[in-house]
Amino acid sequence: MSLMNYDDYLVKEKLPLFWCAGCGNGNVLGALVRSFARLQLDKNKTVVVTGIGCWGKADDYISTNTFHGTHGRALGFATGIKLANPELKVVVLMGDGDGATIGGNHLIHAARRNVDLTVILVNNLNYGMTGGQYSSTTPENSYTTTSPYSHVEDGFDLCRLVEGAGGTFVARSTVYNIIELQNLITEALNKKGFSFVEAISPCPTHYGRLNGKKTAPEMLNWIKENTITIKQAEKLNDEEKKDKFITGKFVDIDKDDYSTKYEKIIEIAKNS
Amino acid sequence: MTLNKGIRFVQGNEAIVEGAIAAGARFYAGYPITPSTEIAEVASIRLPQEEGMYIQMEDELGSIAAVIGASLSGKKSFTATSGPGLSLMAENLGVAIMGEVPCVLVDVQRSGPSTGLATKPAQGDVMQSRWGTHGDHGIIVLSPSSVQDCFDITIEAFNFAERYRTPVIILADAIIGHLKEKAIFRDLKADEIISRKKPEVNNSDYKPFDFDEEGIAPLATYGSEYILRISGSTHDEKGFPCSRPDNADKFVRHYTDKIEKNNKKIIITRKYNLEDAEYVIIAFGASARSALGALEIAKNRGLKVGLLQLITIWPFAAKEVREICNRSKAVIVPEMNLGQIIGEVKKENSFGIPIVGVNKVNSEMITPYDILEKIEEVAKCL
Repeated sequence: MSLMNYDDYLVKEKLPLFWCAGCGNGNVLGALVRSFARLQLDKNKTVVVTGIGCWGKADDYISTNTFHGTHGRALGFATGIKLANPELKVVVLMGDGDGATIGGNHLIHAARRNVDLTVILVNNLNYGMTGGQYSSTTPENSYTTTSPYSHVEDGFDLCRLVEGAGGTFVARSTVYNIIELQNLITEALNKKGFSFVEAISPCPTHYGRLNGKKTAPEMLNWIKENTITIKQAEKLNDEEKKDKFITGKFVDIDKDDYSTKYEKIIEIAKNS
Repeated sequence: MTLNKGIRFVQGNEAIVEGAIAAGARFYAGYPITPSTEIAEVASIRLPQEEGMYIQMEDELGSIAAVIGASLSGKKSFTATSGPGLSLMAENLGVAIMGEVPCVLVDVQRSGPSTGLATKPAQGDVMQSRWGTHGDHGIIVLSPSSVQDCFDITIEAFNFAERYRTPVIILADAIIGHLKEKAIFRDLKADEIISRKKPEVNNSDYKPFDFDEEGIAPLATYGSEYILRISGSTHDEKGFPCSRPDNADKFVRHYTDKIEKNNKKIIITRKYNLEDAEYVIIAFGASARSALGALEIAKNRGLKVGLLQLITIWPFAAKEVREICNRSKAVIVPEMNLGQIIGEVKKENSFGIPIVGVNKVNSEMITPYDILEKIEEVAKCL
C-alpha cells in the first residue's frame, strides 16, 4: 500500500470547514490528520468519536470510521467501541463544555479505568455552538453571554483533573504552538492507555468579542502571552499561575490498560 | 459453556442473562439499580465465562452509550435498569434509534415516580418505554410474565434488535424479575439466532443508512473492510449530516415505518379461551399471571372470560384488540399503573363496548380476585 497523505484522512468534498474565521478548530484538525499520516493509521481500524459542539463537528471532515453521538457522552460510546474490539484505534474529540462540563464524570472514569483511548479536547473557554455561554473552563472574571457582569467561578484545570484520575498520558498545548500540539497529539495516539491532550484554542467570535480580543490575531496573541511552559510555571506561585495556560507533558507513564487487564478476568472466569 | 443449561429453578433476572447469552450477547454495560441488580451480578459472572465482557459504568448515560458503541464493534450488547435508569438512558436511546444500532435494554419496573418505592413492583413505564426519548420513532417493547419468558423473550428481543437494526426494550417488573420458578434453558439451534444483515457491496459503495423495502440497511462493523459512519444527528444515507427538509422527512418517517411495516412479524400475543369469551382481559407482564388465575375462577363461576396477553407491548397489537372489542361484551385491562395500556385499547374500540381498568399503584400486585370482581361488576350492568 502506498503511503497515506494527511489529506487522505479528510473528506475533501465536505470542505471548506464550516467553523468561523479565526476559530482554532481547523488548526487542531490539521494537526490531527497530519498525526494520522505520520503514524500511517489504518482508516478501517480507526474510529473517531465526537461529542456535540463546534469541535464535535470535526468528524464531518474525517474519512476514517466515525461515531457522532450526544453532548458529553463521547467517552461512553468510545469505551464500548474500544472494549468490544481492542484492535481499534479510538480517537475521541471533545470540547470543554462537552467533554469536561456535561461530560466531566465520563472523563474522570474513562481515565481511571485506563481505557486505551486518545482524547483531543479543544478548550475554547466557552460554549461556541450555542453562542458563547460560560463553560467549566471559562476563566474567572471574564465575560460571556451568560456572565454579563463577569464570571464568578474558577476555571477548571483539566490536565490536573485527568492526571488525578489516572490518565497515562496528559499534555497541553495551544493552537498558537501548533507544532508542539501536533507532536503531542502524535505521541498521545501512539500511547497505550488513556491519553489526553488539551488544545487551547481561540474563539474570537464569542469569547474574544466579549473580552476585548475581537480579531483572530488579537485572540491568538492573548493566548501566546498567557502561555507558559511547565518549567516556567515551576517558578511561579499559585496566584501568579492562575489563568495561565501551562503547556507541555504532565504525565507519561506505562500501565496495563483495561482490555489487557480484563483478559486476565476472562481466564479466571473460564477456569472457575 | 454448558453449565447453566437444562432445567433450572431460578429468578427471572437470571433467566434474562442466560437468554441474552444464548442469543449471542457478549457485552454488558450497566449501573446497579433495584430491582434489576441481579442481572448485573449474574452478567458479571457469566459473560467473562463466555469470553464476553461486563463493565459497570459511572451512570446509566454511560452504560447505554457503551452498549451502543460495543454493538457497532460487532458484539451483541445489552444493559439492564429500572424506571429511573431508563429515564437517564432516554437521550442515548434516541442515538440507538437515529443510528439504527441493535441493542437490548431491560427495564425491571419499580414503583414510581422518581425514587418511588425502590424495591416494589409497578408497571408504570409503558409510556416511558414508548415515548421516553424525544422525537418521532418506532420502538419494540416486549414484556415477560414468567421466568421461562425471561429466557425466551430475551432471545426474541436480541433477534428483533438484530433483524430490524433497532433498540429493543424488555419491560419486566419487580415481580417477574425476582420470581423464582422452573425454567428450561435450552440449547438454541443455529436458525433460532438472528444476526444483523452485513453489507455485500464494494467498499466504496457502502452506505450505512441506505435502507431497503423492508426498511433495513445492512450494518458494517467498526474494524471491518467497510468504513462505517454512525450519527445521532439527522444524516443522509452515507451518515453525513444533512439538513435538507426532504431528507429529514424521509428519515424521521423511516424510524416509525420500519417498525410499523413489520409489525405483523413483531407483534406476539397469547390467546386464552377467546373463542367464546364474553368478557376479555387484556394484560401483560405480572398482571397477565393474575389474569390467568382469574380465568380459572371465572370458569367455576360460569363466566365466559378470555385473555389476550400482550408479549409485544409496542408496536401495539391494534388489530387483535380491535377484533376483541368487536366481539366481546366488555374488555377489562388490569395494569399496575393508573391506566397506560388501556388508552391504546380504547383507541381500537369503535364499537362502544365498556373498556374497564383494574388499576393498582400501591405497590401490591393485582390479584385474580381484583380482576374477577371487576368483571362481575361490569357483567351486572350489562
